[in-house]
Amino acid sequence: MPLLFDGIEKSFPGVRALGGVSFEAREGSVHALMGENGAGKSTLLKILSGAYRPDGGALVLDGKSLSYRNTQDALDAGIAVIYQELQLVPQLSVAENLFLGHMPTKLGWTDTKQLNAEAKRLLQLVGEDIRPETPIGRLPIAQRQMVEIAKALSRNAKVLAFDEPTSSLSSREVDRLFAVIKNLQAEGRIVLYVSHRMDEIFEICDAATVLRDGQHVQTFNSLPEITSDDLVRAMVGREVDTLNAYRDRPIGDTMLRVQDLEGPGLTEPANFEVKKGEIVGIFGLVGAGRTETLNLIAGTATARAGHVTVGDRSFKRLNPKTALKQGIGLCPEDRKKEGIVAIASVCDNINLGVRKSFIVHPKAERTYAQSRVEQLRVRTPSVEQKIGNLSGGNQQKAILGRVLGHNLRVLLLDEPTRGIDIGAKAEVHEIVRGLAENGVAVLVVSSEMPELLGLCDRILVMEGGRFRGELPHSQATQEKLLELALPTKS
Amino acid sequence: MTASEKTPTVESPLRAIWDRAGMIIVLVLLFIVACVTVPNFMSGRNLIYSLGLSVTTTGIVACGMLFALAAGDFDLSVGSVAAFAGMLAAILLSKGMGVVPSVFLALFAGLLIGAINGFVIAVCGINALITTLATMQIVRGLAYIINDGNSIGIGDAGFAALGNSVPLGIPTPLWTFIFCLVIFGLLLHRTVYGRNSLAIGGNREAAHLAGVPTRKVQITIFALLSFLAALAGIVSAAQQQIGDPKTMQGLELRVISACVLGGVSLTGGIGSIAHVIVGVMIMGTVQNVMDLKGVSTFYQYLISGAILLAAVLLDRLKQRGTSR
Repeated sequence: MPLLFDGIEKSFPGVRALGGVSFEAREGSVHALMGENGAGKSTLLKILSGAYRPDGGALVLDGKSLSYRNTQDALDAGIAVIYQELQLVPQLSVAENLFLGHMPTKLGWTDTKQLNAEAKRLLQLVGEDIRPETPIGRLPIAQRQMVEIAKALSRNAKVLAFDEPTSSLSSREVDRLFAVIKNLQAEGRIVLYVSHRMDEIFEICDAATVLRDGQHVQTFNSLPEITSDDLVRAMVGREVDTLNAYRDRPIGDTMLRVQDLEGPGLTEPANFEVKKGEIVGIFGLVGAGRTETLNLIAGTATARAGHVTVGDRSFKRLNPKTALKQGIGLCPEDRKKEGIVAIASVCDNINLGVRKSFIVHPKAERTYAQSRVEQLRVRTPSVEQKIGNLSGGNQQKAILGRVLGHNLRVLLLDEPTRGIDIGAKAEVHEIVRGLAENGVAVLVVSSEMPELLGLCDRILVMEGGRFRGELPHSQATQEKLLELALPTKS
Repeated sequence: MTASEKTPTVESPLRAIWDRAGMIIVLVLLFIVACVTVPNFMSGRNLIYSLGLSVTTTGIVACGMLFALAAGDFDLSVGSVAAFAGMLAAILLSKGMGVVPSVFLALFAGLLIGAINGFVIAVCGINALITTLATMQIVRGLAYIINDGNSIGIGDAGFAALGNSVPLGIPTPLWTFIFCLVIFGLLLHRTVYGRNSLAIGGNREAAHLAGVPTRKVQITIFALLSFLAALAGIVSAAQQQIGDPKTMQGLELRVISACVLGGVSLTGGIGSIAHVIVGVMIMGTVQNVMDLKGVSTFYQYLISGAILLAAVLLDRLKQRGTSR
């Protein structure tokens, strides 16, 4: 019997997250749930898991309307949602995690023997041979995910929803996960699959529902018959071709020069420069030392040796404050952790660290924030809105707005569009190009090759804490970038 | 999804008022009930001398605790600092030092202790609970040591005036409290220092990266807070005309209670001077009413605790209302 979403509605103060979403997921199918960030996928999953209660509409499984008061009820109804951040207790053993909440007991005492035996059986269902006594914190993410799936099976879940399950898996681990998902499908379970990766969607899913701005856009019931362009068009609501639009621009004198820079994360002294109006990319695999390089320039990490020269002034040591004074602005990788003050307003966030006089003038600050909001097209009901309520793209634009308050000469971007939807991505790129055209030197770290190819005049490649090479835009291709970024075997 | 394209939901005006001014409404209701049911409550004498004077110590320190809480920290040593500063001033006076230098030195001692707290917390990275728990005991010990554990009487009329004079019909301690409210209110709401304090409490990492000198701000927060604790201790010593090493036990908890009661967030990032006024006034009013009604001290503990619990539960309920 299918799972039916029937006119699901959900509002939060000031925002309508879901406006009557209806579609059907057939049994024995893997149904993709797609949409830009903030389209309402997470809200829908949270309603499915019982974490949120819908304001209107109903979930119908096996012809029965589900209404639950909490997540426990959802599990009892046979629905398991497997989130990006896995819901496991790292200190407890694999077996204890599997049976958390319904531990087998004997006369009121936990029955460890039965617990471990049952756990072993469940783990075999997902093809894992892990000792049930192992503390789960010691397992790699891929195996923890398998434990999550086994946990869902222990509840005999009829519906399993995956929220971006492959975001931290290697390709081999992805293959194993897909094998397990295909098994679940063959057993007639309903699998919901949230992902941004088109190749995965086409590999594993046989139906897809696209959401946009909390509205149901379209459900494709037979995936092989459509192309990824169809999906993107449905997600964005318009054609997107600005992403790869590299543009030439006049380039001036050297603005940022890094000489013999040594510090944490670098295995060899770094030497490079960025000119006025130039956009330079740094590509590399995770752990190649890209973020560390930016941190040394921005003064969030302390250099052991070397110089950073901005314009005509040379520095041995920088801290964030002096760096900003020199016009070096950093947009950090982890927006939530290092970028925004989530509970403060957009206005406060834009003015943070920019204020010059000791006395604060609320009216002037609002006017200033408003001008940045308009300049960067930050979509917010007002500058008084809590920034935590905005989508990732708009948060990123607000952080850019903050950095712009400092007579910006060098802009350091660390994964500027990670977790941002396609439309906002193009806007952020356009802002960056605009800044470069106005003479800012831009250094951008990204794991997305198309992003670097579309933005950068030059791309530096790092591997294992050192700079391996440099490709001008005219010569840069994804193959060449990867070739330089992969560790050489010796 | 972009926020402007979403249909905004209508928030009921009642709900909005409750969210913004919940505890103020509680305070007003409490005041009305007290006026109607408790004889003598509304008399000027009671309001100014009993209620007014009873909240000054907690209130003065709460102005500083507001900053610590806003920045995501707190300070348990304020009671000890207050007692120590009172003792120090009394001793210096008894040795024949003038009022101004004695008070000045006692305040400076407070500032110094706070700066040490702040340094250990911000620079050495020890958490505020442990650090201030330690200084709370160290400073209490100092308060005992400087006069062998004995209290010491104060005869100086000039010093006593700090506690007992009544310019313009309002006692000096109350003036001091009002003065602190104004200064620290302006500091929090209208200066970069105050906005930075809140930003640090909201997200320290982000504030640091945005160019806020987080360590400097943290150290000054603790220094100012201890300075206020010393001030409260001196005012109280002047009122009682005695320096007493055993006094001000549990002040830190009363102060934190008052702040939280008024709506300052324990996790940082949220706080305003209005929260302090409301919290301190609710606590003072309840205390005052219980005194007037002759409720025994034992029951007063019970009631004070219950009110704090009720206040945080209410706050929790409010947050659930906005997030789900």
